[in-house]
Amino acid sequence: MSFPILTTAVAVPLVGAVVTAAAPRLGVASAAAIKQLGLLFSGIALVLGVVMAAQYETDGGLQFTETHTWIEALGVHYALGVDGLSLLMVLLTVVLVPIVLLASWHDADHIAEREGDSLGTTATFVAWALALEGLSLAVFAASDVFLFYVVFEATLIPAYFLIGSFGHGDRGFAALKFLMYQLGGGLVLLAGVIGLYVVSAQNGTPSYLVSDLANLPIDREAGRWLFVAFFIAFAVKAPLFPVHTWLADTTQRATPGTSVLLVCVLDKIGTYGMLRFCLGLFPEASQWATPVVVTLALISIVYGALLAIGQDDVLRLIGLTSLSHFGFITLGIFAFSSQGQSGAILYMVNHGIGTAALFIVAGYLIRRRGTTLISEMGGFEKATPVLAGVLLVAGLATLSLPGLSPFISELLVIIAAFDQHWWVGAVAVSGIVLAAIYVLWAYQRIMTGPPREDAGEVRDLGVREIAAVVPLVALLIGLGFYPRPLFEASNPYVSDLMQHVGVTDDAPSVDPAIYEAGHDQAEENN
Amino acid sequence: MFALNEATSIPVVDPASASGVFSLLWLIIALPLAGAAILLLGGRRTDPWGHLLATAMPIGSFIISLAMFVSAAGKEEGERQYVQHLWNWVDVGSLHVGMDLLYDPLSALFLLLITGVGSLIHVYSIGYMEHDERRRRFFAYLNLFVAAMLMLVLAENYLGVFLGWEGVGLASYLLIGFWQHKHSAAAAAKKAFVINRVGDIGLSLGIALMFTTFSTTSFTEVSALAGGASEKTLTAIGVLLLLGACGKSAQVPLQAWLLDAMEGPTPVSALIHAATMVTAGVYLVVRSNFIFERAPDAQTVVVVVATVTLLWGAVIGCAKDDIKKALAGSTMSQIGYMMLGAGLGVAGYAFAIFHLITHGFFKANMFLGAGSVMHGMDDDVNMRHYGAVRTAMPVTFLTFAMGYLAIIGFPGFSGFWSKDKIIETALTENWIVGLCALLGAGVTGFYMTRLMLMTFVGQKRWQPGVHPHESPKVMTGPLIVLAALSVLGGVLLAGDWIVDWLAPVVGTHAHEEPPIPALAITAIAVLVVAVGVGIAWMLFGQRPIPDTAAEDVSFATRAARADLYGDAINDAVVVRPGTALVGAVLRTDGVVVDRTLTGGPVLVGGLGGLLRRAQTGYVRSYAASILGGSLVVVVALLVVNFS
Repeated sequence: MSFPILTTAVAVPLVGAVVTAAAPRLGVASAAAIKQLGLLFSGIALVLGVVMAAQYETDGGLQFTETHTWIEALGVHYALGVDGLSLLMVLLTVVLVPIVLLASWHDADHIAEREGDSLGTTATFVAWALALEGLSLAVFAASDVFLFYVVFEATLIPAYFLIGSFGHGDRGFAALKFLMYQLGGGLVLLAGVIGLYVVSAQNGTPSYLVSDLANLPIDREAGRWLFVAFFIAFAVKAPLFPVHTWLADTTQRATPGTSVLLVCVLDKIGTYGMLRFCLGLFPEASQWATPVVVTLALISIVYGALLAIGQDDVLRLIGLTSLSHFGFITLGIFAFSSQGQSGAILYMVNHGIGTAALFIVAGYLIRRRGTTLISEMGGFEKATPVLAGVLLVAGLATLSLPGLSPFISELLVIIAAFDQHWWVGAVAVSGIVLAAIYVLWAYQRIMTGPPREDAGEVRDLGVREIAAVVPLVALLIGLGFYPRPLFEASNPYVSDLMQHVGVTDDAPSVDPAIYEAGHDQAEENN
Repeated sequence: MFALNEATSIPVVDPASASGVFSLLWLIIALPLAGAAILLLGGRRTDPWGHLLATAMPIGSFIISLAMFVSAAGKEEGERQYVQHLWNWVDVGSLHVGMDLLYDPLSALFLLLITGVGSLIHVYSIGYMEHDERRRRFFAYLNLFVAAMLMLVLAENYLGVFLGWEGVGLASYLLIGFWQHKHSAAAAAKKAFVINRVGDIGLSLGIALMFTTFSTTSFTEVSALAGGASEKTLTAIGVLLLLGACGKSAQVPLQAWLLDAMEGPTPVSALIHAATMVTAGVYLVVRSNFIFERAPDAQTVVVVVATVTLLWGAVIGCAKDDIKKALAGSTMSQIGYMMLGAGLGVAGYAFAIFHLITHGFFKANMFLGAGSVMHGMDDDVNMRHYGAVRTAMPVTFLTFAMGYLAIIGFPGFSGFWSKDKIIETALTENWIVGLCALLGAGVTGFYMTRLMLMTFVGQKRWQPGVHPHESPKVMTGPLIVLAALSVLGGVLLAGDWIVDWLAPVVGTHAHEEPPIPALAITAIAVLVVAVGVGIAWMLFGQRPIPDTAAEDVSFATRAARADLYGDAINDAVVVRPGTALVGAVLRTDGVVVDRTLTGGPVLVGGLGGLLRRAQTGYVRSYAASILGGSLVVVVALLVVNFS
């Protein structure tokens, strides 16, 4: 039996969580040591992720599989494995967590000072972040629906405590609202999971393995019901209009680091689930539901962007930009073309990187100014050119500027949407103008103008702060010009999925054979 | 002979693989890009020499471009197209886009213009920005701009053009807002970007439509395939591309950003908002000739937009007291002429590019001249505070005068040849459009003479404490070179050279005789310009110019001063309804969606109350609920299993 690298990758952060939580009691006496411990464990997870990526075979389907029977009577397995989609999500997770820990270095300490319990608070923050990492990795690696459901629900525990214990303002309310929405979605998902079991059991031996379920003859009506259950849960998670209202309330009050974990990692489970389960298990129902889903996606794009324009709280603003972006991702998934689905997968990765940079820089800004309100900021650019530069790059990524990685994914989604119906593309494309408005208007109010009298001495980014964002900026630029590694992971997955769903790309309306003919003619002319 | 589509005689892009000197194509872009990277990442360490490095980069690119031009000129007409494949950029399904560069006679001219004028403006900026503490940053942005502009004209496919297109937009944003401590500069920068994004809708959807139609955006392939698409599709693509072009080239209705863009340092106005970036829309239309030639309706739209803009800009130019804004109105108008040439099809493409190049010379010259005047006048831009600057700044005056004679079309100067050709072609194709172009030439004569008289001639109206002085040599040097080019630029037309040179790209056109002899048209045009100059002389040369503009003026003057209400229209049609919409959506989200539709607060209130009562520990209550939940799952499954 080969080395269980996925279990190890899941276990390392979980063990790390236990160790850091217990560290103060084990005699680790400094907050810095605890944070270094957290960095160490997330660093090991990162190394494991990179090793997997290096060993991954592009056309090899599900890899690094581990399958053990868990509850035989129910057909439940402890089954892990990664394909192209999972691999990208795993990599996104292992890259972002150490960056979040580094960027949030003092966040927990500050709350600790406020609460008068330095070491314990810091340790708890690091521990919950690691726990969230381990569980998220399990979500993306699970190839058994029941296992997926269990870890899917389990991620709520660390998320809930990260919001409720470390945010600001009425963070208890935010944590509860988050939890209620997620539990509500989870409940619907549970119904779907049970329903799947029924269908599976009716067809012989019950099994929750995705590979078994994908080939199950599900009758049309049952498939549609199950699709609806799964989709609702994922729409709450992603989130989509109209079940998005927890999002901005949460990002407003959570620490920026927590928001990165929530929006850039955890929310991806929603769109991940749409691809893996909605399309993967219920292809017929997915196409049946497309008109409604596309409508919700388009509303989310425009509505989220309009809401973002109207915000004065920078953390709410960033949260709402994600509503718009999740609309794009969903639109790409339900365009049923390789451009749309590859675009959506790339969008998930790129949004994760870009939005993480945006949240982290916003965090730096808030630390310096002591407020989250844009109207209280202004004139930072002169004193903090590096901070301003990084904010601008992150903002430009959010508005999908060509040359930064989100551009490719957004354009692919727009092309796919346009291919579906020209007006779907036309509505979606309005998002690019609205994005320019919310990003650049916010930048203008935060950074430009004469320096504020009441700002006092503002210091530019320190080495630790720069170190946390440099990898993100490098990825945004690098993948913008050379997105091939992402395509190599996503393309085989997408072509398998397209085949499974039973759709093919539309042929271009002009036959390329004309080109060949014209080319030959040109040769003759010469 | 070059590759042609047999049936239509519209050229096909058919490049050979780049070899020899052409294998250095990538380096033309890489040099300024490296300059920008070194200056931005190197930080203050590069302060002492950063501007010199940044100036060397476009000069390097110019030398390579010149070597390529010489090499290409020595080859057969059909062998001047080269493609360089750098790497695969996008690969999804049937969609493959390479990071590919194309060298052909069209991009050859742009390379020389961008790197040549760009280098001169870099040199000038060494002096102009000498006392700015952020000079290094300024040069980094200029290098970034040059790299992006070169990408725009070298890309072999529309996606690559889009990359350069947005790159120059970003550089423009950074440079308009360079003095970002001024609210007006920051607002102008944002305005330029946002309006350009509206244009990008056209470019994005145009690219999307191209993908669904041809499954490619490569010039080589689209030019070969275009004949197979329906005219309706091609018209749609053409109009969408034009929308993009309107944003970048400040054509009506997306013109409102250009005058505000004058907030940027003057070298920026010369390079980006006169000589190069704002002409990218013209480039796009000419480059897409294989689309537009097959979509006459789209060409008509181009002509209408161009004609409206050339008059619109000229009228604005008449009313401005701010020297840079007067020049900006003029730029709008002149790009209108180029766009008109491009809209006229095969007969006009070459002249559009010809005027683009001569305009690049004389307008860059005049903007830099204006910068030199401002340099001497303590950065005052109000021409009512100038007068008689000629005496204090003789070199600036003489070089500016060359640009002035070129733009009004004084016989023999570069602008004379290029504008005359466009007017002549327009009159041949459609006499109404031709007359508008003729009228525009007269108005040009008027506003440029007004500008000239108010600035350099007449009584001194200098503000107290202002002592104009000639600029340093590092600034006057580029002025002299550009002045020479403004005078001599017409040589490109000698023996119809530029028409023949561009023929492999835009095709050839059987010469059509205009309705009246060409010489008569030229004479009439000169006469119309003379009338404009004469009226300006009567109004501004013969009478003293008051310190402040008169208030009790006609409606026409008020409208022109308000940029023909461009901002007011945008406000009424877009900004105010948009603001109201955002407000309405905010209220809806809070009241309707959150409270009613999803019952969020109700859920939170109810269940949250329960949890809050168990204040002793969220952990315990949550652990209990998870445990309970798991039990429910297992029980539910067992029940289903055993039933």
